Amino acid sequence: MSTNIPALRLTSITKRFGPLTANDTISFDVNQGEVIALLGENGAGKTTLMNILFGHYVADEGSVEVFGQTLPPGDPKAALAAGVGMVHQHFTLADNMTVLDNIALGTQSLFRPRLDRTAAKTKIARLAQDFGLSVKPDALVADLSVGERQRVEILKALYRDARVLILDEPTAVLTPTETDALFKTLKLLVAKGLSIIFISHKLHEVMAASDRVLVLRAGKLSGERQTAATNRRELAELMVGREITPPAVPTVPLGPVLFELSSVSTARQAHGTPLKHADLILHGGEITGIAGVSGNGQAALAGLIAGTETPSAGTVTVNGNTISGWSPRAALAVGIARVPEDRHSQGAVADMSVMENVIAERYRDSRFSRSGLLDWAAARKFTQSIIEDYNVKCPSPDARIRLLSGGNMQKLILGRALDPDPSVILANQPSRGLDVGAVAYVHQKLLEARSRGAAILLISEDLEELLALSDRIVVISEGHLSRPSARGELTVRQIGEMMAGHEAA
Amino acid sequence: MRLEPKPAPSLAASILYPVGAIFGTFIIAGLLVMAAGANPISVFGLVLKGAAGSQFAILETLTRATPLIFTGLAVAVAFRAKLWNIGAEAQFYIGATVTVILGTGALPLPAFILVPLLMIAALLCGALLLAGPAWLKIRFGVDEVVTTLLLNFIVLLFVSMLLEGVLKDPMSLGWPQSAKVMTEAQLPRIITGKRLHYGFVIAVALAIALWFVMKKTVLGYEMRAVGHNAGAARFLGMPVNGIVMKTALLSGGIAALGGFSEVAGLKGNLTLDLSPGFGYTGIVVAMLAMLNPIGVVFSAIFVAGIFVGAAAMSRAAGVPSYIADVIVATSLLTMVTAIMLSRYRVRWR
Repeated sequence: MSTNIPALRLTSITKRFGPLTANDTISFDVNQGEVIALLGENGAGKTTLMNILFGHYVADEGSVEVFGQTLPPGDPKAALAAGVGMVHQHFTLADNMTVLDNIALGTQSLFRPRLDRTAAKTKIARLAQDFGLSVKPDALVADLSVGERQRVEILKALYRDARVLILDEPTAVLTPTETDALFKTLKLLVAKGLSIIFISHKLHEVMAASDRVLVLRAGKLSGERQTAATNRRELAELMVGREITPPAVPTVPLGPVLFELSSVSTARQAHGTPLKHADLILHGGEITGIAGVSGNGQAALAGLIAGTETPSAGTVTVNGNTISGWSPRAALAVGIARVPEDRHSQGAVADMSVMENVIAERYRDSRFSRSGLLDWAAARKFTQSIIEDYNVKCPSPDARIRLLSGGNMQKLILGRALDPDPSVILANQPSRGLDVGAVAYVHQKLLEARSRGAAILLISEDLEELLALSDRIVVISEGHLSRPSARGELTVRQIGEMMAGHEAA
Repeated sequence: MRLEPKPAPSLAASILYPVGAIFGTFIIAGLLVMAAGANPISVFGLVLKGAAGSQFAILETLTRATPLIFTGLAVAVAFRAKLWNIGAEAQFYIGATVTVILGTGALPLPAFILVPLLMIAALLCGALLLAGPAWLKIRFGVDEVVTTLLLNFIVLLFVSMLLEGVLKDPMSLGWPQSAKVMTEAQLPRIITGKRLHYGFVIAVALAIALWFVMKKTVLGYEMRAVGHNAGAARFLGMPVNGIVMKTALLSGGIAALGGFSEVAGLKGNLTLDLSPGFGYTGIVVAMLAMLNPIGVVFSAIFVAGIFVGAAAMSRAAGVPSYIADVIVATSLLTMVTAIMLSRYRVRWR
């Protein structure tokens, strides 16, 4: 701890993917005992940079030094050996093995028949004690909560004597309480001389947990600030490159009930939690926000509205009619607009053209096809109007939609969904992965639809987004929906506790 | 070694890579020819001459290409919707069998009624044969690669049973072959006295029709969407199961039409060596054409030319005609490699 050699030094790292420069001559040092926040929008190059650092990618130019030693490029093993540990956003744990086995996995020679369990256990217990990372070493990973799994991931890195710990969006899956616990652990780690790089796009977390902030924008380092000497507004501007204003929410008279779930349950799915006796009423002219830690039944709820999920019990009522024979097509037919959570696996067929994607929900309408023949001229005209109305940057209606940025793809999906002037709108993580400009645009369009009298269900993991837009907030936890609370009725902390499964006081 | 995704390939690259693949094929095959003790340049010259060096050679190549166009189209249509139909061989034989059952006198009708009737019968039976595996895939998630592949052996044994039994021609001196179809059931020759028949015209017309279906119709659009991303297609409201079933019916029907064409146009009767693996070679043909129906016509002619040319070359140069199998197999591998290289950049370390 008494040395001046930085724990980590990146020197003019450049990485290109074809015409795209993901990282452009990025240089910075990370000192020992320091928490660095790497801030940037999705697509700013954060993940690429960390993948280079960890040896998953090879940089076109530049070098990585750990404690003065240059790392050989493209060798994760060397990075591990040099003391770089990484906790990925999506955990890399074997569910069917114990915590102990997961942590020790890969640290022992294949030719040693048995793991020295007592020594491993002692080491884990000591690390857990030192850093407040309580885990049960003999528990199966499958039985652990998300927060516990993250602790196992961190222990795994520490067990390998990591000196530099990289955390990729560590709070995305945590409740506010778990996030606080994580930040306490980070403080203990740096007190022992570790260095931490903490990747995030959430400003309040960056302000709470870091010593120094590096801001990436469009592949370049756009700013570097001491956390104590900056504020959220300045960081947001560095991140976006211009000033941002929160959306103005106009007053809209409450409309009729357009969508209703009464005591609806869904069947158990392979992934995710089913809904349990959920009641929900959506009024026209109102945005209802669903808050919750991901994986608590949001997918089932979204599926029910989108038509991909059918109720196993209870009734779903749309525009006053109880539905039967529910399917995506039926949902479209009764005027439900769907903005899906995952643009690439649901919202769009990535390898088809912009035009083919824009008509994908309505190609059977008489305006786009007659007796089995598609009217491409009409499709092209419609696509061009969406491109213009929604200000989509795209080379032509024939370009593969894969080539578009997330924001432009989302604008097309939004345009496609909102064009028929729907009465019910499902917006599932509508701003995930978008730059701030696109987020503002999406919010504006949702608010416009609200003003026109549509009932909107907004599912988001971003509490700030929910609080800014929602007229009412419903918390989802383990498949249960809470009683709706009006704007301003609950504090963030109360919502957080409900997300963690506690009843509101 | 690692692969990194590339942005969309440029037009130049999308031409350059397939050309490079063909070039690579001939280099690899050339090495084998040298190992067999012959000069690759003169051997390939002889292959080219044997495939396209005379009117006879050209007609022979086109005749050989005809069944490959049918099976290639069947595979291309199915693969486009990611329905892995490995069973074109079985569907081909079913089409041929139906043609023989109905065309040897059971239906005494004039040609202008009988020929279309036989085509429809073949089409229906081939479609039905693939409907089974498609239904198992939709209903129970059974892998159609396994079911269609195994059906090939079942159907071949079934045809063998028929040829040893009810369909056996009493005049065949004990050979397992059927009687010839009636004159009214036959497809005429394009040039009198030559082997090339109207099956080739039907095949090319079918290729153009399928190109139109893929590009301009709702069904083609749905098939492409399901092939690229069935999950998204389902979310967007497309009847994915129905589309898979329609694809199966189309694909199986097309392969069976190939069996009809080969019997009614060329062979006249059914034997167990009617197809030297046309169903399997159809997969190569479809892949070489990158699943484009028009491309299938050209890749079928290319593959047929290699086989016909190699047979002629083998008589002249003494290199075994198995080199044709090597060239075709290698061309598939180089083509798949070229497609991968056009999409990914390879990094060594």
